[in-house]
Amino acid sequence: MDDAIVLQASHICKNFHDPVVVKVLDDISLTINQGEFIAITGKSGCGKSTLLYILSTMDTDYEGELSIGREIMRGKSEKQLALVRNGKIGFVFQFHYLLNEFTALENVMLPGLKLGRYKEEEVKERAMEHLRKLDVEKLADKKSNQLSGGEKQRVAIARALINDPEIIMCDEPTGNLDKKNSLIVFDIFRQLAEEHHQTLLVVTHDGDFAKKTHRIIEMGDGKIMKQ
Amino acid sequence: MNIRLISRIAVALLFARWKQTLVAAIGVTFSITMFIALLSFMSGLNNLLDGLMLNRTAHIRIFNEIKPNLHQPVHLLGEFKKRYNFIRSVKAGSSRQAIYNSGAITQVLNRDSRVRGVAPKITAPVFFNDGAIDITGVIYGIDVTAESNLFHFSEYVVSCNPLDLKNIPNSIILGEGLAAKLMAGIGDVVLVTTVTQEQFSLKVVGFFRSGVQELDKVQSFASIGTAQKILGKPVDYITDIQVKLNNMDLAPAMAKEYAQLFQADAEDIQAANAQFETGSFVRTLISYLVGITLLIVAGFGIYNILNMMIYEKMDSIAILKATGFSGRDVNLIFMTIALSIGLFGGLMGLLFGFLFSLVIDQIPFITVALPTVTTYPVDYNPVFYFIGFSFSTVTTCLAGWAPARKASGMDPVIIIRGK
Ligand SMILES: Nc1ncnc2c1ncn2[C@@H]1O[C@H](COP(=O)(O)OP(=O)(O)O)[C@@H](O)[C@H]1O
Ligand SMILES: [Mg+2]
Repeated sequence: MDDAIVLQASHICKNFHDPVVVKVLDDISLTINQGEFIAITGKSGCGKSTLLYILSTMDTDYEGELSIGREIMRGKSEKQLALVRNGKIGFVFQFHYLLNEFTALENVMLPGLKLGRYKEEEVKERAMEHLRKLDVEKLADKKSNQLSGGEKQRVAIARALINDPEIIMCDEPTGNLDKKNSLIVFDIFRQLAEEHHQTLLVVTHDGDFAKKTHRIIEMGDGKIMKQ
Repeated sequence: MNIRLISRIAVALLFARWKQTLVAAIGVTFSITMFIALLSFMSGLNNLLDGLMLNRTAHIRIFNEIKPNLHQPVHLLGEFKKRYNFIRSVKAGSSRQAIYNSGAITQVLNRDSRVRGVAPKITAPVFFNDGAIDITGVIYGIDVTAESNLFHFSEYVVSCNPLDLKNIPNSIILGEGLAAKLMAGIGDVVLVTTVTQEQFSLKVVGFFRSGVQELDKVQSFASIGTAQKILGKPVDYITDIQVKLNNMDLAPAMAKEYAQLFQADAEDIQAANAQFETGSFVRTLISYLVGITLLIVAGFGIYNILNMMIYEKMDSIAILKATGFSGRDVNLIFMTIALSIGLFGGLMGLLFGFLFSLVIDQIPFITVALPTVTTYPVDYNPVFYFIGFSFSTVTTCLAGWAPARKASGMDPVIIIRGK
């Protein structure tokens, strides 16, 4: 079980044409196994976010091979990729991206309703469970713009969890939080990894944070320096 | 499931900007209201004006034109048969105005399923004697019941029961202008002289107001029997057979057919009154153009609000896409928003348009020309409501299409990076 490959990227290259060609990612290959808790670190501007957008299927303009759960992503339609993101990937951004028109609970439920694997009642129950696990169930019925930064990030993590994704990807999830909230979020991640064997890929430039994960991938200048 | 989710998101986005949304919807409501009111009023007016002439005109009139005989002797003469002969000053011979076999023709017409009704008519030119002066005029002998059913005769008769014409012997209904000239009141007796110098006394039982003053100064009506008596003709004497069809558009073709069949002249309404069609058409066209212009303006309103919403909700679009909603879903969300604005605005427009029409219908409109009309005419034709609603739906679809496409094509990576 531990050896099951969740995500495999081989020889990923990415160029920006702006207006001269800039190579942002240069021959990146990595394999992520089920249950791993991985941190990607590196200087600002070295291409971490760019890599994460490619791995999360949102960016399709790259060279190389990407497969998620042994499914090759190249050649899939926009709709099929959306389905992959919906069912297999949970995403947590640096900025607390929640839909302001909805309550915290509804924000968590939306991807679940979209997937349609469970009935609305069940989706709601599961969403509440995740909120409880992250200690924000009291905020369930609050509109998301009434929440604090740390609370929003926890709701966003609950949203990422709702469809039992094979992997959760985070782009500097603590970048916008104070020390205390950062610790809370990190604790949540560790708990997810250790108790629930959730696969996690976290981009961060917080060294302390990175050290506590299972594996650190260090990037520099578009390449992987150290695994 | 998916549709429910999409409409739920659409509704949430809608209510987040409910004021702007309402303004856009009011734009649609306003244009549909004006569209309905304008068309109902214009169409009512058209029907009224057309009614002035068209309602009272036969779709096909069968008669005998006084004209020279087409078959002149020279054409039959062997030697000249094949030549083109010019004959000058040919006179109309002893052709008679009466229609041959009018009884049989009426029977044939009544059996024709395309025909709604048939009304016979006699035209009798007479002089009305007023002291030393003779006033030229014409008495139409009519069948009051048929004429009322087919040509709204009774609507134009004032201050009497039109059936008196049938029930009181030797009675006459005078045109209002004519009655004024003769200073004749109801119950008075007027003296008429026929072209063959025969004199007759007729009792006035009512007045006729057609709305066309020139006509009212010369025309008057009597029963068929009275007219035949005045002219000294037998009971089968009829000069015109007026035919009303179920479908007016068939008139030109059927006129030709009847002219052949009955060996008489037959004139169709389109040939006789070509200009009325044109007038109605232009008025209708203008109403539609104004209505559509209003709708296009409303469409731009919707387009604006959607465009604004898309820029405001860029983050939401990025989140939706990142969490697994496809471009098509996003497109559907914004189309749903556009359609909700359009449908809501459109339905309100239909309601207000109807109320507005009711108000117009109450505004007094009294005209001497039209005794039966007291308020502005309004045509409550369901077709207008159907067209108005379809137009508003189509306009909103078009207005929503471009913004929705733009939203569905947005790249979440660019939006997330832009933060
Ligand atoms: N749309 C773009 N066009 C051109 N260059 C870009 C674009 N987006 C990012 N870059 C460049 O790519 C590099 C990597 O960016 P990014 O992946 O955001 O770095 P990181 O997340 O590691 O800080 C940076 O040098 C940045 O300037
Ligand atoms: Mg970054």
